[in-house]
Amino acid sequence: MSLDSKIPSGPLEKKWDDYKSHIKLVNPANKRKYTVIVIGTGLAGGSASATLAELGYNVKTFCFQDSPRRAHSIAAQGGINAAKNYQNDGDSVYRLFYDTIKGGDFRAREANVYRLAQVSTNIIDQCVAQGVPFAREYGGHLDNRSFGGAQVSRTFYAKGQTGQQLLLGAYSALSRQIGLGNVKMYPRTEMLDVVVVDGHAKGVVIRDLVTGQVTVHSADAVVLASGGYGNVFYLSTNAKGSNVTATFRAYKKGAFFANPCYTQIHPTCIPVSGDHQSKLTLMSESLRNDGRIWVPKKQGDTRNPADIPESERDYYLERKYPSYGNLCPRDIASRSAKEVCDAGFGVGPGGQGVYLDFSSAINRLGEHTIAERYGNLFQMYEQITGENPYKVPMRIYPAVHYTMGGLWVDYNLMSNLPGLFVIGEANFSDHGANRLGASALMQGLADGYFVLPYTIGNYLAEVGFGKTPSTDHAEFKKAETDANSQINKLLSIKGKRTVDSFHKELGKIMWNNCGMARDDKSLKEALVKIPQIREEFWKNVNVPGSGADLNQSLEKAGRVADFLEFGELLCLDALTREESCGGHFRTEHQMDDGEAKRDDEKFCHATAWEWKGVGAKPTEHREKLEFENIKLATRSYK
Amino acid sequence: MDLKLKVWRQKNAKEKGKIVNYDAKGISPDMSFLEMLDVVNEDLIVKGDDPIAFEHDCREGICGSCNIMINGEAHGPLPGVTTCQLHMRTFKDGDTIFLEPWRAKAFPVLKDLVVDRSGFDRIIQAGGFVSINTGGAPDANALPIPKKDADVAMDAATCIGCGACVASCKNASAMLFVSAKVSHLALLPQGQVEKKERVKNMVNAMDKEGFGNCTNQYECEAACPKDIKRDFIRVLNKEFILS
Repeated sequence: MSLDSKIPSGPLEKKWDDYKSHIKLVNPANKRKYTVIVIGTGLAGGSASATLAELGYNVKTFCFQDSPRRAHSIAAQGGINAAKNYQNDGDSVYRLFYDTIKGGDFRAREANVYRLAQVSTNIIDQCVAQGVPFAREYGGHLDNRSFGGAQVSRTFYAKGQTGQQLLLGAYSALSRQIGLGNVKMYPRTEMLDVVVVDGHAKGVVIRDLVTGQVTVHSADAVVLASGGYGNVFYLSTNAKGSNVTATFRAYKKGAFFANPCYTQIHPTCIPVSGDHQSKLTLMSESLRNDGRIWVPKKQGDTRNPADIPESERDYYLERKYPSYGNLCPRDIASRSAKEVCDAGFGVGPGGQGVYLDFSSAINRLGEHTIAERYGNLFQMYEQITGENPYKVPMRIYPAVHYTMGGLWVDYNLMSNLPGLFVIGEANFSDHGANRLGASALMQGLADGYFVLPYTIGNYLAEVGFGKTPSTDHAEFKKAETDANSQINKLLSIKGKRTVDSFHKELGKIMWNNCGMARDDKSLKEALVKIPQIREEFWKNVNVPGSGADLNQSLEKAGRVADFLEFGELLCLDALTREESCGGHFRTEHQMDDGEAKRDDEKFCHATAWEWKGVGAKPTEHREKLEFENIKLATRSYK
Repeated sequence: MDLKLKVWRQKNAKEKGKIVNYDAKGISPDMSFLEMLDVVNEDLIVKGDDPIAFEHDCREGICGSCNIMINGEAHGPLPGVTTCQLHMRTFKDGDTIFLEPWRAKAFPVLKDLVVDRSGFDRIIQAGGFVSINTGGAPDANALPIPKKDADVAMDAATCIGCGACVASCKNASAMLFVSAKVSHLALLPQGQVEKKERVKNMVNAMDKEGFGNCTNQYECEAACPKDIKRDFIRVLNKEFILS
């Protein structure tokens, strides 16, 4: 099967406007005759649900949290990019487009990224109109700051809680539509399957997490906005509930999974403190502006950092990258930290940490200035570690943060399965192999507010109304039965190991063998071990309780079962992509200076995998990426 | 550290609950409170018992999911900290810790420490928004907002909707929560057009949900993990009177 990206013809800057002028429309009076199901209520799902309901469609929205306001988008801190050029510093739609393509290491689709840059300006207008309290200048106008990967100040922010405020904006728009009766909201539910009728996605199987009841829902289209899969690594900065289930089950129903090996590792997280650790916490990247990163020159040096003289410290980033130093890009900083720790120079318990030291900045600027710049982060660090970072250096280590892969979608944000749309982090589209700071929020809201509402209308007008299948259809019955039997199977194993123990075991393999650096050997090893864990899981997992009530172990079990299959797909994708690009680093493919070495001749494409059964090798499909407007160049931040 | 836990166990919304004793052994002071519960739960599962149900998600203090009364205090003893950001070094070896769900009629218990806070969502659905449809919004800088106003609106908007204010109020009042949202929008020009209707609708929804009245004792402010100030209740009252 060929992958048709459906990119409109014509000049790049006119594609989206021309597309909008020529798509099929649904008559306003007919919109209420269509039902759309949305899975997830983060920036993408919340904004899409609200907008589709405003347009007049019937919307059914599902989220697993107790309230749509708690989706994981809420935890994003830094900001949201938009090409407003309010600072008159030379920003433009083209420049945002260029930075995003380059940041993604030339592995994203030009047309999608250009559209993202175009609508970015509308997002800020929309959010301000909703009452999102962005930071302001004294004159009353919006403030901007700069962020990694850009030379202009285009990042809008609301203190360190931009994700929270944007999500609350989308949630309030969604709440308004729920109050008006246009959206039927189902919190505390999870999607267990997509139902495909005559080749089109026409519904979902849902489990009520409180009553345990499994029900089916039909619709004219299904939108997945269920986020990323970083929790396959067990330890990540993702919320504990973030999971791959919705996208993975859609994959098993025929949707292609694209570029799963693209995961972004963030360099400045608080290190793991022990085996009990459940979650990693991100510290803002801005700390690298004033903090100097070092490790002792002597392996296994357990002295108090203050007792280690300057001459016995290795400021390895400043040594290796003299021009960028501590501000080198995320992937370089992350890998360098891993290298020194693997070589035995790491600090703190377990040796998985490096120092982020503010002492010279405090000596130069005074504690007061540092407190003003980073006070809340210092407080958070002290809360978690019990150490005062004004007195002793912080310890940091990289952690999995964002996943750029996801279900393959065309320019319409529709998967290869007609009627199944995928938006936000759940799709593969806009970030390529790496994501720049402040661009995930932008994509979530662009998809939900400004792209999907047009493209889904085009699809719905084409299929016509009055064709919503009845939930009595055999496909619904089958999907419901399958979901119930999987639940019963999980509950009946009654083995000896907890769900978490399997998840941790999988996570360790993913991190060690397919984390910041991967190679042929580590990936092949993972591909042997993962099926073994999966086999044991299905024989020896212990899921207590019943399926007829609130059962958090059962919820986790279903999700871990999916991670155990998905992890294998991720490793296979990483093994197949014999190059390094962005967040995917194959140690066999690197420049002399440690930079990622791309292979544009062989790998300038998105890889989309087609499910062939558990343990069977999926079929690989390729979408060649055409770069008509930007010349492929070696990404260099030196 | 070894601790004794006294935990509220309740099978579901219908059955009666009771306090059950558990031992939490070998707890590291570096664990978060929820990680301590993870350890206890892993032990319970291995022993064939039902793990303690509790709510959590981001574990970074921002999503507002986690909600445990710890020794009678919402989110435990530290000011400005959610349960997920409370660490075991706050406690001493040998301590006895009481864990209970939020206590409020408007937040019925679903299981163990998990309560239903959907009343908060219904209050927002009654008016906690600006009625703007997507697209067609004016340029963002066409509406200058003094920095001071934007900053105070941001302080109010910081509310994470965890419900600690309700849980710690003897009347289970939702005034701090409602006042935060009303103030956030009332302080901004975007919120002006609907402000009278908004406050009336939200206060009515709050009453309908069964939340109690404020008697100005400010336990809510003391318990709030995001330091939402009681001043916003004054704004709410003013807006309500003016409506």
